[in-house]
Amino acid sequence: MAITGLFLISFLIVHCGLNATIFLNDGGVAFNEGAEFMGTNPVIRTMEIVLFAGLLLHIFDGLRLWLDNKKKRPVAYAVVDGSANSKWYSRSMGLLGTLLLLFLIIHLKHFWYFSRLTNDLTEAHTLYNEMQIVFASPIVVVIYVLGCISLGYHLLHGFQSAFQSLGWNHPKYSPTIKSIGAIYAVVISATFASMPIAFYFHLIH
Amino acid sequence: MEGNLNLTLKIWRQKNTQTAGKFETYQVSGISTDMSFLEMIDVLNNRLIEEGDDPVAFDHDCREGICGMCSMYINGRPHGPNRGVTTCQLHMRSFKDGETITVEPWRASAFPVIKDLVVNRSAFDRIIAAGGFISVNTGNAQDANNLPINKDNADDAFAAAACIGCGACVAACKNASAMLFTSAKISQLALLPQGQIEAATRAQAMVAQMDEEGFGACSNTGACEAECPKGISIENIARMNREYFSATFSSK
Repeated sequence: MAITGLFLISFLIVHCGLNATIFLNDGGVAFNEGAEFMGTNPVIRTMEIVLFAGLLLHIFDGLRLWLDNKKKRPVAYAVVDGSANSKWYSRSMGLLGTLLLLFLIIHLKHFWYFSRLTNDLTEAHTLYNEMQIVFASPIVVVIYVLGCISLGYHLLHGFQSAFQSLGWNHPKYSPTIKSIGAIYAVVISATFASMPIAFYFHLIH
Repeated sequence: MEGNLNLTLKIWRQKNTQTAGKFETYQVSGISTDMSFLEMIDVLNNRLIEEGDDPVAFDHDCREGICGMCSMYINGRPHGPNRGVTTCQLHMRSFKDGETITVEPWRASAFPVIKDLVVNRSAFDRIIAAGGFISVNTGNAQDANNLPINKDNADDAFAAAACIGCGACVAACKNASAMLFTSAKISQLALLPQGQIEAATRAQAMVAQMDEEGFGACSNTGACEAECPKGISIENIARMNREYFSATFSSK
């Protein structure tokens, strides 16, 4: 979980950074150039396959762990005061991950399917135009914001947890890792969430 | 008496490992706030014996927080509502008059219930036997300062050795994982020069035994550390992971 998780974390930086170019408010020129590069560069296209493999590994490893761990306590407690000793999102990584997977299916259908598997992507109808169309729907915007909230909490636990699993817990470095993890989770999820909101309210054109 | 408590107890009763258990409700009255939780159960048991009923079976030994025998899951938390204490050190002043208290055994497939609140924790013994030992020369003990040991390492080893093997970490963990226990038992040896002889195989052997006993995997919620009566740190789990990785790479 830790290695695939850190890999996906590194992907999110690229994804978030590239998409944030929409806030240049240049009508999507920079964004479309970036999208064009990501869609045609052979190295990036190869990494896309590695990314899907990493994502699937992360999902199946998580599912296997969840099924396995469930068996370890056949008789459940009648009363559990979980909040007394741990954070709800640390205990709910499986649930948050499932929500993220549902969101990802919708998200991939919106943009990956459009740009990679159809011939609808043209100079007249760019990925930026597609974002404008998709984010005109309030329901879609709400789904995306909820997806980003799930992502934020998933990362809030996942980032520092990955380092702990890999044995990187040190009095000198761990506080920094935890701080970076918290900042990363908030910045990434807030930046992503602001994109559909910005399109919906026509804050960018 | 004034200030004494009247309580409703919901206690898990189970005849043996094979039969299914269920909760029984008991009323106790006149409980002194100065009693420990175990003494409160003693009061209940005295009455049950007088009434000809089967007393509630529970583990206890030293009653001063060092043996690790008492193992009650009280109101959703191992060893009850206070941090850093075992059930025997939990006093009734931590509860309110009229409160309903739910008492359950540790629940994990690796800790089968023997009777009522007593669980079999011999899985822990087998984990220790798998690798929690060192090789030393027989005969007289050598001079105390023969082996120079870094003070920080000595302190960390001592902190890990404070583990009393009560199993609260397993009870608190949503995955019933024994990583905190196992990592403490590995760390107390891995940090000292005496522990280096078996270092390459210890983590592997103990983790393999831990998995075989049917404990879950660690998802780093930190619940074990928060509920540990001896304050064992999850830094030990990270150390165990490091030891395990390097043992996996270097072992034959």
